[in-house]
Amino acid sequence: MSTVTDSQRKAPAGERVADWADGRLGIYGLAKTNMRKIFPDHWSFMLGEICLYSFIIIILTGVYLTLFFHPSMNEVVYHGPYAPLQGVRMSEAYASTMNISFEIRGGLLIRQIHHWAALIFIAGMLVHMMRVFFTGAFRKPREVNWLFGFLLFMLGLFTGFTGYSLPDDLLSGTGVRFMEGVLLSVPVVGSYMAMFLYGGEFPGGDFVARFYSIHVLLLPGIMLGLLVAHLILVFYHKHTQFAGPGRTNKNVVGMPLLPVYMAKAGGFFFLVFGVIAVMAAVASINPIWAMGPYRPDQVSTGAQPDWYMGFSEGLVRIMPGWEINAWGHTLVLGVFIPIVIFPLVLVAIAVYPFIEAWVTGDKREHHILDRPRNVPTRTGVGVAWITLYLILLVGGGNDLWATHFHLSINAITWFVRIFMFVGPVLAFIFTKRWCLGLQRRDREKVLHGRESGVIKRLPHGEFVEIHQPLKPAEMHTLTAHEQYKPLEIGPSVDENGVERKVSPLQKLKAKLSKGYYGGESQIEKPTAQEHEEITSGHGHH
Amino acid sequence: MSSNENSEENLPSAQGEGEHGSVERADNPFADPGLPAHRPRVQDIDERAARRSERVVAFLFTLSMIATIAFIASYVAFPVDKIVYIFPIGHVSALNFSLGMTLGVALFCIGAGAVHWARTLMSDVETPADRHPIEADAETKAQVLADFKQGAEESGFGRRKLIRNTMFGAMAMVPLAGVMLLRDLGPLPEKKLRTTLWAKGKVLINMNTNEPLRPEDVAVGSLTFAMPEGLEEDAEDFQTQIAKAALMIVRIQPADIKDKQEREWAHEGIVAYSKICTHVGCPISLYEQQTHHVLCPCHQSTFDLSDGARVIFGPAGHALPQLRIGVNGEGNLEALGDFAEPVGPAFWERG
Repeated sequence: MSTVTDSQRKAPAGERVADWADGRLGIYGLAKTNMRKIFPDHWSFMLGEICLYSFIIIILTGVYLTLFFHPSMNEVVYHGPYAPLQGVRMSEAYASTMNISFEIRGGLLIRQIHHWAALIFIAGMLVHMMRVFFTGAFRKPREVNWLFGFLLFMLGLFTGFTGYSLPDDLLSGTGVRFMEGVLLSVPVVGSYMAMFLYGGEFPGGDFVARFYSIHVLLLPGIMLGLLVAHLILVFYHKHTQFAGPGRTNKNVVGMPLLPVYMAKAGGFFFLVFGVIAVMAAVASINPIWAMGPYRPDQVSTGAQPDWYMGFSEGLVRIMPGWEINAWGHTLVLGVFIPIVIFPLVLVAIAVYPFIEAWVTGDKREHHILDRPRNVPTRTGVGVAWITLYLILLVGGGNDLWATHFHLSINAITWFVRIFMFVGPVLAFIFTKRWCLGLQRRDREKVLHGRESGVIKRLPHGEFVEIHQPLKPAEMHTLTAHEQYKPLEIGPSVDENGVERKVSPLQKLKAKLSKGYYGGESQIEKPTAQEHEEITSGHGHH
Repeated sequence: MSSNENSEENLPSAQGEGEHGSVERADNPFADPGLPAHRPRVQDIDERAARRSERVVAFLFTLSMIATIAFIASYVAFPVDKIVYIFPIGHVSALNFSLGMTLGVALFCIGAGAVHWARTLMSDVETPADRHPIEADAETKAQVLADFKQGAEESGFGRRKLIRNTMFGAMAMVPLAGVMLLRDLGPLPEKKLRTTLWAKGKVLINMNTNEPLRPEDVAVGSLTFAMPEGLEEDAEDFQTQIAKAALMIVRIQPADIKDKQEREWAHEGIVAYSKICTHVGCPISLYEQQTHHVLCPCHQSTFDLSDGARVIFGPAGHALPQLRIGVNGEGNLEALGDFAEPVGPAFWERG
């Protein structure tokens, strides 16, 4: 780059540093494509940012916690400042967590920021995932990034579980014991898995150190890699956008990274961090001193996992206690079935994009987001999934529901057993109808305009409401969505009377396609001709 | 396969593709009118408003600086054990509250300042940028395929099968070393899950008093926890042993015991059951005196202690194991053997 004319003028210091770096890293090429990169604006696009920032906050605070936490199960007797536990035997892990909470200045704050950020991280990922799901942002070319996001969510669950197990308190120890029961229920190799995880019989003296390296090194390391890949793909694909005037599938409309999104997104990091810091200041989380150190023969009532594990807890609680004993072996279905369903519930949502792509047979790129109402079947599936998740969450807290609302625990358990099947179906039907209703309203608006609220009396005495026609931009936005036609298999015999072979898979695809795009699953969007007829005709109605 | 794919006519044509522009507007009322003109903000036209925004942003950044100083002051000023009452939160650590609030304000104000700056003073003109297909054009693809073919040919990978097969073999086998190394993560289960510390003649030690338990100590309606004699709380393996040996003792009028074996294994209506839930191993600790039901607080498995501790509700798969007890020469309760079946959660080899 440097030419004679360049070197004649003395470059400013910043430029010289950049030149130095460019000569070694090629940063100018990178900056050329990215510094003024255009990002579209919509409030829902910041959900992913919340996840990113809370992840960074978790890393920062987590590193601080490792400076004081002792991942050891050696037994010590507590002599710290917290009077109720003085003289109590506990593991070093618990004692060092007490030390962080009561003796290190700011230690409690960082611990609470770490835990709150973890809850927000996983909640953020779930909501972000729902945003991507309901707007169809997972369609080609973003399916791989959807899977990356899903893996981040799954790993986040397990990082959370291994993390809250580390203090070795009575509540988390109960969760660790639960894990042992789960491993034992695995056919054939279960007891080996339990022995290998705990280094012998439960609880042994190893699990804190093992969970520690999983929690601070293995899982976050993988997650960091996935996160970077996730972000690179967001940049590479360019962000999706909602339909609107001037926004097509071939462009992206928005403001540049420098300066607007540097300031907005960079500032948003501080907003998220600030809010979490205030939460940690005013709201106690995981007060391990109130629970006491773990003892396998003690437990407290109202034991609950962190919220994101709540739905798996629900599955475990509502499952009938089936056990099959035969040929000297036991099949522990009462525990094993829920623990298989747990990942399957998650995997169901992970593979959804591929199922939808198969049904539509659409191999084009999609960069314009769907409004959820315009894809009623997908929206219904998503709401059904959330319904299942929430019903199981109720099941996971059945004891708390019982005590807080004075209900029978048996009744709640039976409610969840039935409604985990019925609820999603009802939610699906309800959502689909709701979407169709919204589609009809959009259609009305496009064809007849907006209700102005002004009533006019006609000369012959009839009262009519004046409808205001929509602006061209609104007309475009409300009709910009695509509508698929359902797949037709055609007659089962051809014109010569020869039977045509239609594979069962093909039949299923046609059936699904009808469910997605058949007459009962979408409202035909208005055509120019319809609009013409109505606007040129006499009178509105 | 082509008949299995959706034909092109099933795919909708996107609105506005190839027909956009105001030329078409007359025919198509839904055509894309194009990007709307930029509407200036008050800051774009009124320099005083822009100055006001500048002051707001600067005020927020200044507030952040003050909050950081307050953070440092709080760190120094408040003792770590000072508790204060703050409405409406209640009694909280003064240090935690002040550090959190000041840090929160310091961070939040930086964010709020930056966002306000971006929203009011930086250009908000929306501009379009073109997208390019993610997939490569045909020329690039052909080049890559040719390169790959040439590379593969030069390696002789397809031609020299011996190299290929032995390489696959070596690559498949070498991870076995890693798997092997995991073997010593723990011992083999063997019979470890089948036995506990309980054995014939072991006295039941009351876990509250650390004294041997006598029949007269156990009243009807009470719930007592016991451990085998010889197990000390400061023992190396105390946690692991108590995780299996934990015992709960209740007294039921012998006439109320419905299960025959339970009555025989009891001592004058005193029955001893494993405290470890057969579901996933939580210690059971909620006892209903009138019905003799015990409830596990973790997953609400409910057992009827007057009827062989069978499961009457919840996800547990089998009854709690009973420990056969009697009284020794000194009048203390003692075990007459280990549990007849494994305690705790079920597992494959349990049978």
